[in-house]
Amino acid sequence: MQTIVASSRARDILLLALFSVVVLTAPLWATTIGAGYPDLLQKFAVFGLFAIGYNLLFGLTGYLSFGHAAFLGVGSYATVWSFKLLTMNVIPAVLLSVAISALFALVIGFLSLRRTGIYFSILTLAFAQMSYNLAYSVLTPITNGETGLRVLRNDPRVLDAALGVQVEGSPLADLFGITLTGYSGFYFCALLLILGFRVSLRIFRSPFGMKLVAIKSNQTRMEYTGFNPQPYLLSAFVISGMYAGLAGSLMAIVDPLAGAERMQWTASGEVVLMTILGGVGTLIGPVIGAATIKYFENIFSSFNDQVLQQAFDFLPDWLADFMVTIISPFVGDGWHLTLGALFMVIIIILPGGMMEGFRRIAALFGRKPVKEGQA
Amino acid sequence: MSETSRNIVLSIRGVNKTFGGLKALSNIDLEIEEGKTHAIIGPNGAGKSTLLNTCIGRIRPDSGSIRFLDHDLTGGNMKPHDINQLGISRVFQTPEIFPELSLLNNVMIPAFAHKEGIFRFNPFSALRNEKAIEEETMSLLEDFGMADQAHHHAGNLSRGNKRRLELAMCLIQHPKLLLLDEPTAGMARHDTNRTIELLEKIKQSGMTKVIIEHDMHVVFSLADRISVLAQGAIIAEGEPNEIKGHPKVREAYLGSAEI
Repeated sequence: MQTIVASSRARDILLLALFSVVVLTAPLWATTIGAGYPDLLQKFAVFGLFAIGYNLLFGLTGYLSFGHAAFLGVGSYATVWSFKLLTMNVIPAVLLSVAISALFALVIGFLSLRRTGIYFSILTLAFAQMSYNLAYSVLTPITNGETGLRVLRNDPRVLDAALGVQVEGSPLADLFGITLTGYSGFYFCALLLILGFRVSLRIFRSPFGMKLVAIKSNQTRMEYTGFNPQPYLLSAFVISGMYAGLAGSLMAIVDPLAGAERMQWTASGEVVLMTILGGVGTLIGPVIGAATIKYFENIFSSFNDQVLQQAFDFLPDWLADFMVTIISPFVGDGWHLTLGALFMVIIIILPGGMMEGFRRIAALFGRKPVKEGQA
Repeated sequence: MSETSRNIVLSIRGVNKTFGGLKALSNIDLEIEEGKTHAIIGPNGAGKSTLLNTCIGRIRPDSGSIRFLDHDLTGGNMKPHDINQLGISRVFQTPEIFPELSLLNNVMIPAFAHKEGIFRFNPFSALRNEKAIEEETMSLLEDFGMADQAHHHAGNLSRGNKRRLELAMCLIQHPKLLLLDEPTAGMARHDTNRTIELLEKIKQSGMTKVIIEHDMHVVFSLADRISVLAQGAIIAEGEPNEIKGHPKVREAYLGSAEI
């Protein structure tokens, strides 16, 4: 359930301020949970953005796209090409990625939105798989196929060349002289995440956002109310595609390469999981879902049999062997099993995702429950 | 002629429609006068819904013409939002509302549609700045006695209240023609009476209405004019008093309802 409320300006400013503080101080508090290193924090921010954008489509209109990874991949390729041809500065790269993914989303959205429900989902999935296969093989001159597209020292970079900027060593993304690796890379992603959150907040609180929720609630009534749902849906689709393109661009900025696997359906499925796990249609749920999945992925996928053996050292040998045999399929490469189990548990107990869990806990402690859609 | 003194909102001339071999509408002539409440009654399967959908250009007739004010709706491929933007609002047999949204949002959305047209891209304007629409919505909800529930989910309302909400959603658009498809279907007598009261109030505002209805009690309390439909043809038309004693009407309804 969901209400778009005309919440007060002060409340929204507080929410945005709180969000910014939590994001910007992440390097400090994340160390306490063992996530205090830039690679992982960058992932939180990038996938947070991806999920926020995805939620603007799925959370507000209820249209379940299974093809958003296509825009992620397009964003990455555009950024790497901008690095290769124009400059290692990230500003043109980000703008180019967002613009090109918007264009892609416009075409794919226009065609997919001819249908609703499951047929819409299948169409988006088909387009994304087509994009993946194009990137993997047919468009090898543009995407460098299965090897992936990377930035090379002797790429032309016409803008850099014109300004006389020289690249020493392997080329790295920069923002007017600041090299975006490690924590500087994280802070660049974090600032864009805050910007993305602010835009999402504005959309949630606008008449436009209210109409998107109305489409989800009852499309027949929406039509007989005098609105044409198509342009509304297409706008939402393009906006969320732009978010995906931005996320893809950031991926290529913190690690300047782009591969076709980024467009595969599993990547599309992942953002669906993140959004649902965090809480569909809530403002911060998708970010929390994205961070949760990336956090546990980081922990569980690093375990292997030796780590497990050490962990169960204190048990008698036969029992330790037994425990390792039982648990090892769920860690390392098999961590998706754990993810699947976690996902099922959450959805069965809390259909509204983790945000619903937080609301229930808040209610348990006698606080007035936060109205849905406000937080 | 008196034609000039009467303002005809909706005019249907010689409309025929066949589905497969079945004659759904045969040679229908109907004029809906401005400010009047026009009821269309008839037994099940008489073609009432087909007629309604033909009236608003959703179904293309095989022959004949349909005019709404200055618009020709005969083409039969009108989109629901275009129909609405011409000034026709519709109440459905089963209430079509936005169950997940608050009552306030439910009524604000049609108000936006009335103000903005079929599409406006304004993702950065704040809902909280739309004071005029919010006030208009609240005062309408007050008229409907629902202001105290303005922030509740509409999905939790009783069926009767959902219907009243749907009516409010239509009225906020100040439609030139209001279509009511069995507005009391499936309602308890108590709810039916409340709905009749409400519709009587609207009637005084001089809004043009077409009501499709089963319930004779409702029809005779509200209608200025009644057309009786049976097997796709209008078998009688007139004021409520004329219809009450009409032999053909008695025949069509034989055993199914007391008139």
